[in-house]
Amino acid sequence: MADLVIEFVSEEIPARMQAGAGRDLARLIESALTTLGVWHDDSVATGLCAPRHLLAYVTNIAASQPDRIIEKRGPRVDAPAAAIAGFLKSAGVSREELVEEDTPKGRFLFARSEITGGDTAALLAPIIIDILTHFPWPKSQRWGRGKFRWVRPLHRINILFDGRPLAGALDLGGGDAITFGATSCGHYFEAPDDIDLTGITSLDDVKARMRAGYVMLDQDERHDAIISAAKKLAASQSCHLNEAQLGSYLADIAGLVEWPTPLMGQIEDRFMVLPPELLQATIATHQKYITLSDVDGKFSSHFIVLSNRLGDAERDKVIIAGNQRVLRARLADAEFFWQQDQARQLESYLPALGDVTFYEGLGSIHDKAIRMEALAGAIAPHMPSANPKAASRAARFAKADLVTGMVAEFPELQGIMGGYYAAASGEDKAVCDAITAHYRPQGPADDLPATPEAMVVALADKIDTLVGFFGIDAKPTGSKDPFALRRAALGVIRIIVDGQLTIPLGKILQASASGYGFAKVDADLLPFIRDRLRGYLRDQKMRHDVVAAALADDDGDDIYLMATRASALAGFLAAADGTGLMAGWRRVSSILAAEEKKAKTAFAATSDPALFTETEKALFDPLSTMAVNQDNIESQLAALGALRSPIDLFFEKIVVNDDDPAIRLNRLGLLAMIREKMLAVADFTKIEG
Amino acid sequence: MPTSQSDEIRTDFQSIILNLQRHWAKQGAVVLQPYDMEVGAGTFHPATTLRALGPDDIWRAAYVQPSRRPSDGRYGENPNRMQHFYQFQVIFKPSPAESQALYLDSLKAIGLDPDKHDIRFVEDDWESPTLGAWGLGWEVWCDGMEISQFTYFQQVGGIECNPVPLELTYGLERLAMYIQGVENVYDLDWDGVPAAEGGKTYGDIFKRAEVEFSGWNFEHADTDMLLGHFRDAEIECGRLLGLETPLALPAYDQCMKASHLFNMLDARGVISVTERAAYIGRVRNLAKGCCEAWMGITETTTNG
Repeated sequence: MADLVIEFVSEEIPARMQAGAGRDLARLIESALTTLGVWHDDSVATGLCAPRHLLAYVTNIAASQPDRIIEKRGPRVDAPAAAIAGFLKSAGVSREELVEEDTPKGRFLFARSEITGGDTAALLAPIIIDILTHFPWPKSQRWGRGKFRWVRPLHRINILFDGRPLAGALDLGGGDAITFGATSCGHYFEAPDDIDLTGITSLDDVKARMRAGYVMLDQDERHDAIISAAKKLAASQSCHLNEAQLGSYLADIAGLVEWPTPLMGQIEDRFMVLPPELLQATIATHQKYITLSDVDGKFSSHFIVLSNRLGDAERDKVIIAGNQRVLRARLADAEFFWQQDQARQLESYLPALGDVTFYEGLGSIHDKAIRMEALAGAIAPHMPSANPKAASRAARFAKADLVTGMVAEFPELQGIMGGYYAAASGEDKAVCDAITAHYRPQGPADDLPATPEAMVVALADKIDTLVGFFGIDAKPTGSKDPFALRRAALGVIRIIVDGQLTIPLGKILQASASGYGFAKVDADLLPFIRDRLRGYLRDQKMRHDVVAAALADDDGDDIYLMATRASALAGFLAAADGTGLMAGWRRVSSILAAEEKKAKTAFAATSDPALFTETEKALFDPLSTMAVNQDNIESQLAALGALRSPIDLFFEKIVVNDDDPAIRLNRLGLLAMIREKMLAVADFTKIEG
Repeated sequence: MPTSQSDEIRTDFQSIILNLQRHWAKQGAVVLQPYDMEVGAGTFHPATTLRALGPDDIWRAAYVQPSRRPSDGRYGENPNRMQHFYQFQVIFKPSPAESQALYLDSLKAIGLDPDKHDIRFVEDDWESPTLGAWGLGWEVWCDGMEISQFTYFQQVGGIECNPVPLELTYGLERLAMYIQGVENVYDLDWDGVPAAEGGKTYGDIFKRAEVEFSGWNFEHADTDMLLGHFRDAEIECGRLLGLETPLALPAYDQCMKASHLFNMLDARGVISVTERAAYIGRVRNLAKGCCEAWMGITETTTNG
């Protein structure tokens, strides 16, 4: 058993690619070693990536391939001599070396040879060259005179097997090559000297040697180092990290440093009047600094920048001053737009929306705003406690900020800036809040719009988009969903389900289609939304068979009702009555299936009480009085639950196949009644297990 | 001047240029002068665009290129944005193995010691839709500020670069502002001569030009005339490329002209979003044709 180290030293690998590169290298080496037959049950491949180093450490590889027996079947024993001679020649063996063996097709000759497994060390170079040549970088390049492609110019290839350097070379083409070595290098500025990798004994050993050269190889370690050092620094100013936001760009920060050193910077006071979302966008999204909150949870004027240098009081001052300077210019731009945009009423931006195309064939953004306004008017009456006037007004203004200077510069602030500008234009709070939140939810984890008016506008926006793109047949196909229609549909579903809204979705879709001038809603849209609902429910950890049972294919347009049915059914099936009832259901349906097959007919769901015993009557009574009320799934399920004991008792005491054919048929009719009543509530045939 | 100061690196604007020229000359670059036409970036200079492709197997050049981006004009009121600015452009073909080290040495040569700062190479892939060119590389950050573009060219005019050139672009104003510690570009010291002795700042030299050209670019340029010029340049370029022996260099001049005229039309706001892509495509076709003609000429000369 031996360990293998593979290290590629290159110029800076893009931050966004580092984690994937580490995983890919580990995966590729594992698969190559498996093919060679030297991968072991307790082998582990770990891939690590820092800006200039991509490394895989593999433990417990067999030192040589296992011996193998190769068997070649020849002709039958009684074949003509010429055929046997031909086989001897092709297999390169003598007649004496052949063995005879019986097969289902007769007695045959076999040539057996034992192949001695090769030394692993001798087999590694070609597989490493193969990995290098086919590495799945999202983008790669050539350099110099070479033909070889890598993410950025590659400088060193270090391979150690059992602690010893492995000979080999990568031909770059154009007369250049990289000879395999065993010498890495440290931090570009802090420790540019060579780092000897010979005699490496463990992954920790590699990490330690690199750490001595101020390189943290492990991206997770860099994440942790950044977070813990930044937290400590923040605490020194009684602040804490805005960790929720940091999650989205921590990997970008960690991918830009070999040795992170957090430094504290200060935002000038004059900029602290800017909205916190704007500060966050400028400081975090664009500059990748860590933003902080103070003890009251307010956006702090301190921020943390990660330097890629060792701490040095004098240099740190320069680095902080430089970063503050960049930030100042950025914030001055933001401040300029903030002031300039607010010098006008929000309404005055509307005409310019006419010049912005929503989509070819779907008019301008201005057209969309007008449609949304009408649609908000149609939705608002179904939204408890929504102010219809405010909702319509918000819908009309919702897109106005798209043509402001700020949103041109910071597209991620769409909606949010509109909310602020609406407030500055003297709009009611309900209108402002609705504009702010109408893009929500932007993904499965994003918050929902909180106010009733915001929910109305958010629905109007998403429904308008769905109806429009379906209307021009720009539907999602397979993995392609360029207009994020699945996300829009999921947004509609989440708002309706979470808000417990009973909305005549079909009518609303029709109103939207009319707004476009379409004769009717595309026939695929409602099924598409129902399908997203199934996906949504499954994402809520609901069993797929339960979802299928609760939602039939033609279930109408009441999203909330469908979701309620599914969760009620899931709850019912998880409880004792439900599981018990399902046991009964399985017996009922298997008996009926068998008997109906024999009888070649389905049994009518009727039964004559005159032929009943007490046990059967106890089952028949609740069955015959059960009301079918699709809208109240809870009471329906409760009624079904009440059938559990009578059904259990029935199977305990009664033999269906009575000698008297009339009684037998009467009992089968009773079972058919159970089936009919249960299927009226949900499609229990879909339930598995 | 006392000898103790002779080692000190001067940081006035013109000294930064002189020091960069000296540094790259020492590395074997041909130090060229700016191309005498309006271009949006140093890359347009034929010494980069065409020489990136051929005919020389080895090509090293360095030069300053005034760059014009009409839409970036701010009437001299924005401390960081101008419609006319300077780029220092370096092209090394084939890209040297020690490209990054050469670049970092050049920073030392202008008084920006990498050891006293935090220098990073941050992913920034370069693409010029009008030139049909792209490459991979980084923007170089110094203490959080972008000071250069660092690109390994892969394609120009739709043609693969072989060998691969390294292109470095220094934004001179921004770099000088950082080195001089100046917040407003117009306050940059141009010549290192005290004002009392007639020394000039960047603003003394260019502020009026920024005000006047912003006015022309945004308000007064005759758009019908510009449209006419664009068409003329496009037609002339096509004609030169269609000659029995195409004239690649004069054709490329017309291509650069068309590109700048498009930028002017864009600044005047007469090109709609949908038209924009079509205009860029037209310029790209010209650039492609010029690059192909240029490579064709190379063949005839090497064969003949």
